[in-house]
Amino acid sequence: MRTVRSRCVATSVALLLVAAASLAPALAVKPNEMLKDPALEARARALSAELRCLVCQNQSIDDSDADLAHDLRVLVRDRLKAGDTNAAVKDYLVARYGEYVLLRPRFDLGNLALWLAGPVALLAGAMAIFAARRRASRLAERPLTDEEEARVEAILSRRAGSGDAPAENLTKL
Amino acid sequence: MVVEIGHFALVLAFALALVQSVAPIWGSRTGDIRLMATAAPSALGQLLFVAIAAAALVHAHVVSDFSVVNVVENSHSLKPLLYKITGVWGNHEGSMLLWVLILALFGGLVALFGANLPASLKANVLAVQAWIASAFYLFILCTSNPFARISPAPLEGNDLNPVLQDIGLAIHPPLLYLGYVGFSIAFSFAVAALIDGRIDAAWARWVRPWSLAAWIFLTLGIAMGSYWAYYELGWGGWWFWDPVENASFMPWLAGTALLHSAVVMEKRDALKIWTILLAILTFSLSLLGTFLVRSGVLTSVHAFATDPERGVFILGILCLFIGGSLTLFAWRAPGLKPGGLFAPISREGALVFNNLFLTVGCAIVLVGTLYPLLYEMATGAKITVGPPFFNLVFGAFIAVLLVAVPLGPMLAWKRGDLLAAAERLWLALALAAIAAAAVWWPSTGAILTALGVGLAVWVMAGAVVEWAARIKLFRAPLADSLSRARGLPGAAWGMTFAHFGIGMVILGIVSETSWNEERILAMKPGEVVTIGGYQVKLDGMIPRQGENFSEEAAHFSIRRGGVQVTFLEPSRRMFATRRTATSETAIATFGFSQLYIALGETDKTGASAVRLYWKPLVTLIWLGAVVMAFGGLCSLLDRRLRVGAPVPARKAGSKHVGPGNIDPGAPAAPVAAE
Repeated sequence: MRTVRSRCVATSVALLLVAAASLAPALAVKPNEMLKDPALEARARALSAELRCLVCQNQSIDDSDADLAHDLRVLVRDRLKAGDTNAAVKDYLVARYGEYVLLRPRFDLGNLALWLAGPVALLAGAMAIFAARRRASRLAERPLTDEEEARVEAILSRRAGSGDAPAENLTKL
Repeated sequence: MVVEIGHFALVLAFALALVQSVAPIWGSRTGDIRLMATAAPSALGQLLFVAIAAAALVHAHVVSDFSVVNVVENSHSLKPLLYKITGVWGNHEGSMLLWVLILALFGGLVALFGANLPASLKANVLAVQAWIASAFYLFILCTSNPFARISPAPLEGNDLNPVLQDIGLAIHPPLLYLGYVGFSIAFSFAVAALIDGRIDAAWARWVRPWSLAAWIFLTLGIAMGSYWAYYELGWGGWWFWDPVENASFMPWLAGTALLHSAVVMEKRDALKIWTILLAILTFSLSLLGTFLVRSGVLTSVHAFATDPERGVFILGILCLFIGGSLTLFAWRAPGLKPGGLFAPISREGALVFNNLFLTVGCAIVLVGTLYPLLYEMATGAKITVGPPFFNLVFGAFIAVLLVAVPLGPMLAWKRGDLLAAAERLWLALALAAIAAAAVWWPSTGAILTALGVGLAVWVMAGAVVEWAARIKLFRAPLADSLSRARGLPGAAWGMTFAHFGIGMVILGIVSETSWNEERILAMKPGEVVTIGGYQVKLDGMIPRQGENFSEEAAHFSIRRGGVQVTFLEPSRRMFATRRTATSETAIATFGFSQLYIALGETDKTGASAVRLYWKPLVTLIWLGAVVMAFGGLCSLLDRRLRVGAPVPARKAGSKHVGPGNIDPGAPAAPVAAE
């Protein structure tokens, strides 16, 4: 029999739910982890929301109950107690775990494609709209050529002569 | 035996789909009416056979037939009946069966209600539907057969993942799939139009209601999934920018753009080519979502590579349909005549602005979702794109669009006056400014919150002001206004509700993120904690026994000003079969706000870890989505949109026979590609 693996996910949310569920119901941030100093604890929480639980599907260490997330939360708080700035804590974690640990990739050359996707798409879209408008107005403003004028003339005079209303012609089709 | 009938019915549906893929389109190419007429009966036949297959699988789950692998892996004889049924789509094979069932349902609806469609358009649309269906039947039969047997049959099943044993699983996937798959109709219409090389008047009349129906289901499905995650996961989050969520959000963004561009096409005969492209893109994003969720590629590129069978199959389907339709578009679209002209500042211009920003928003989500995959493939290193990125970048772009939401409906068609539109919105602007100031004044520094609240009020008030202007409220006698309101078309009501709903969602989001209160602590029975103005007392622990789990519940009494208002019982559940535990949160709703409690472990001293949240106005996030969906429903019920009710005068007499027929009464003449 096949083993039940991550495929027993049902729906969009399900995958996420499963990732969370496989890790018991313990709460993410536990009361005993929290720092006494509320200002420092608030900084720790804000930082935790920006850091990825490396073994989870897609959770911050603030949201995850995994053991690793617990260790990282304690580590973050230790660094903050030692007087690190937020940036220094992040650098420390990136040095240990790689950029994978950051939920918001750094704005640098390697990630330029990610960060500029929005502005570039906006620019490209705006240019496409501009080009389409120019093409449309050129089409609309172009006067008829002599040949086309002649054809219109011919059609109109033929219809007027035969006395047939054009609409009737069409309905008979 | 029933299982084999189901399996056989699925094979028959596949065979019918193959016939339907070829015969009708052959007929429409050669002008053979009999071949074209095979489309409708075979679409209905497909629906019948897939329904039989689905019923067979449901039966196997309900009677706990453990000789079926799918039942063994996902069911248990002690599981409550509701979850035995919903468990059918709580796994890969079953959910794919639900996918094709809904696809067949939509095909059947086109066959049933498409009597007034031009015969060739109907034949082509159903043929394209059958192409999609064939691909997915083949996928199920080859790689994901839900009817596979196992011998010897085990005595008991492995049970369904406890997290999925929830009413959410009964509602969320069917709604989401109705939305996802519903956009296949718009796709099929677009491809059929491209094959025919012309955009019929019938095309515009048809695409809008079908897209609207799909959009309503998708809106509700996403909102439902969000609320499910919120109460199930236990840390009070409701949107995680998870790739799986993004997979459903992208078709929603594109579909919303599609609805707006279809309005321009219907009213002004403009943006036709773009609407076709959007219809293709929207369903392509649905397919992409299916690929992302079903292939396992999300976990890691490497996980995908080790078990590539299913992933590669869906990737093949994906490339075939997206690549094929876009190639067809590139080939045929230049021959389609662009429609009417309009000034940049006009209703059309505003809708183009809407489409631009929704598409860019969609592009950001798409790039953000796929970037880690592409990055890993290119460099081998892993990277994460998570909520902080999406909130910042997507939020910034979409905020610009939201500012423009009330302005658009105030502009006239063809050529509008932005200043005049803004003047007519002075009341909304004043209300927004007052609301923002009221937030900013007591808590100087909360500038983002103030702006967010201002934006929400601006959007909501803007929707109301626009409605009031339409019915001349307070400008004409009240009776006159009331009769105007009664005469207001459904689409107008729809827009008012939908735009108001967006405002509600924004207010809910801003309020929840800014004023969310949280307490994390270890509580012993008898202890009291105050949150959101409520005194929450842990009275004690109650052990209980469920049908297939045992649980430890905590009884909290909630008091306000010394008076008990309600009680909450969050619990920890232990499911013996899978040896997994879940945390069941307990939520009390006060007005639009909620008090939320999740229970953690109890230590040796008898203290339980407890997470309490006070979430002000949080329910507006989902209620806003419901109001938006209600707006969609109003618009769907608009008489003018109702398919089959074009112009009453021509009911008898004129029959559509084929591509040669030109309907003189139609609002827009067919556009020929030459």
